[in-house]
Amino acid sequence: MAQWPIICLLLGWAHESDKFDEQNDEYCYNINNMTRKISYAQAISEALVQAMDLDPRVFIFGLGVDDFKGIFGTTLEAAKKFGSTRVFDTPASEGALTGIAIGAALNNKRPVLVHARNDFMFLALDQMLNNASKWKYVSYGHSSVPFVVRAIIGKGWGQGPVHSQSIQSVLAHFPGLYVAMPSNPYDVKGILLKSLQVDTPAVILEHRALYNCEGEVPAEAYTVEFGQAKIVHPGKDITVLATSLMVLEALKAAQILKSEGIEMEIVDPVSIQPLDEETIITSVKKTGRLICADTSWARCGFSAEVAAMVAEKAHAHLKAAVRRIAPPPCPCPVSKPLEDAFYPTYQNILEVVYELLDRKIFSSQNRFQEVDSFVGPY
Amino acid sequence: MNRKPKYIPAMNHKYNLNKILKRQLFETMLKIRLAEEKIVAVYHEQHMRTPTHLSIGQEAVAVGICSALKKDDQVFSPHRCHAHYLAKGGNLNAFFAELCGRETGSNRGRVGSAHLTDEKAHVYASPILGAMIPVAVGAALAFKMDRLKKVAVAFLGDAAIEEGIFTESLNFAIVKKLPVLFVCENNLYSTNSPLRVRQPPSPLYKRVSLPELSTQQIDGNDVEKVYQAASKAIQQCRRGKGPIFIECLTYRIHEHVGPLMDYDKGYRSKKEVESWIKKCPIKRFKSKLIKGRIMNSKEIDALTAELKKDMNEAYVKALQSPWPDTKTLLDHVY
Ligand SMILES: Cc1ncc(C[n+]2csc(CCOP(=O)(O)OP(=O)(O)O)c2C)c(N)n1
Ligand SMILES: [Mg+2]
Repeated sequence: MAQWPIICLLLGWAHESDKFDEQNDEYCYNINNMTRKISYAQAISEALVQAMDLDPRVFIFGLGVDDFKGIFGTTLEAAKKFGSTRVFDTPASEGALTGIAIGAALNNKRPVLVHARNDFMFLALDQMLNNASKWKYVSYGHSSVPFVVRAIIGKGWGQGPVHSQSIQSVLAHFPGLYVAMPSNPYDVKGILLKSLQVDTPAVILEHRALYNCEGEVPAEAYTVEFGQAKIVHPGKDITVLATSLMVLEALKAAQILKSEGIEMEIVDPVSIQPLDEETIITSVKKTGRLICADTSWARCGFSAEVAAMVAEKAHAHLKAAVRRIAPPPCPCPVSKPLEDAFYPTYQNILEVVYELLDRKIFSSQNRFQEVDSFVGPY
Repeated sequence: MNRKPKYIPAMNHKYNLNKILKRQLFETMLKIRLAEEKIVAVYHEQHMRTPTHLSIGQEAVAVGICSALKKDDQVFSPHRCHAHYLAKGGNLNAFFAELCGRETGSNRGRVGSAHLTDEKAHVYASPILGAMIPVAVGAALAFKMDRLKKVAVAFLGDAAIEEGIFTESLNFAIVKKLPVLFVCENNLYSTNSPLRVRQPPSPLYKRVSLPELSTQQIDGNDVEKVYQAASKAIQQCRRGKGPIFIECLTYRIHEHVGPLMDYDKGYRSKKEVESWIKKCPIKRFKSKLIKGRIMNSKEIDALTAELKKDMNEAYVKALQSPWPDTKTLLDHVY
């Protein structure tokens, strides 16, 4: 989290506030060059409001969605505009709420269920996996239960073992669910709007550490497709497939490598289920080297899936073994030095790049200066 | 200074409280309050990088219940676990060190505020709602299998009963007649959500009432009442008459998580908060003790000063303690 303000500036995203819990973020228009930059959190908020405007079937529910914090500001506008019949608080009953979303979806509603941490969704997995993911299949396509789950990945400032997990691999393992991990304001708005149009239950995993990052976002409603990866940084020497927050770490690494004459290509899958295999394979064919950087553990994780897929489908093009960058196989601890050691960063990406390209490690001159400007509580 | 609450048996079977016990109850509540006031005072220093749920205002529940337990009875807590941990005899230095993420912490800096464990004091916690309720039931199952006269306590907030796992655990405990005491701290809110938007208006304890389950509602800000109810319930549990459910009416004074007051946020009124500050369990008990000539204000002032010193020392000591070695990151996963 520490490096946020700096990387956001480097990437051309204005950093608005040091304090993550700032709720009064004003929408910020850059009138001079006619582009508009808003934060990831604002993009979510805007998508929800527009979806509700466009489709009267959409409603939002979950623990605390209508309180003064409004899920870190993302549901405040919707609650204000649409009131308590379409944005409402619930009992702490994640399992039942998920089944309730299914039942409502079956009857022509478009529920958006929000979990302030994706870890709380573990209490809902029976409904997610045994009911929602299989509904369409077991009815042989006669009925479907399209609803959206927004769930936030926590990180830093002592989130600890059960408020910091990143559960994409669990969800993507089961056929029948869409799983997206948008890494920037543009994608989060577009994929959220898209998820309310498809007829498959979809999970949007939002990263809390991305919430204040800003980017250009069209004011009107638009969609970002599931299963369409993006090349967020073109290069010819090595491919990094990165998810969610790891896209930003990869961008930092790419900047440093550029100054050293190495061209790194970064592929952002946007959604991991469905997965755009073609874009990944095309990139690997070009570079011959792949690093997969994910926000969750390597074992049985999304990064394992990517490695396996590339090994099966592009083995002949690989000049080196696929490498994975993931947190070490332990729960995420609270203590600052342990927490810092837990999370992989651009430094870990650089090390693997140097190794794969057989370069000696450059001086640390080019490293980003890390400033711990975050002031808790989270 | 060793101030672990000791188990002091009640004077007679009618659960009258003797003077020593009353002083002990007061001292433990005061200790918890001062520990948390220390957190409030130093939180801005950013040494405690851990989301912190304070129990200020709810101390009587933790102290009344835990003082009626024996040392090897087991306590299972949710996120708001400081008071339970300290009331059950959790180590004070390890408490502050854990909040500061140090190697000397109760959990070696791994978990922070909401997940405190002290095996020696038989107290455990987890910040996932409802997560510890079945664990308490499982502990009680083992006690019964081994014919031990031990009791397990599941502390839970008013929101935890909304999780299916509460109902499942309660049902199992009833069917197996287990020595488990469910203590629901009803503080009227789940985060910023008032009870009325989450549950029907009837009294909470009535909604978990069953012919086979003894339930009651008590004033959770009256430490003597809590202690008496707990003593009776625990004795019943030891006699094979468990499980038992007690709803304690109480109130959290600070924001849900963090050190601030929050009556400017609109989800509850300043008037409401102030009315509960008036019902502060410590203030109330203090004036009762003075009136009953059990302690005088001079003694109380001296005790307060001594406990404050303990807190300052524990905090300073925590900050002087070493950080965990990153080489130990993968220790004890398996
Ligand atoms: C399964 C799960 N859902 C949601 C949360 C987030 N959460 C943490 S504390 C809390 C409020 C709990 O209220 P209550 O049980 O009444 O305890 P109190 O905080 O009032 O002491 C919530 C919703 C969680 N930790 N776990
Ligand atoms: Mg509560």
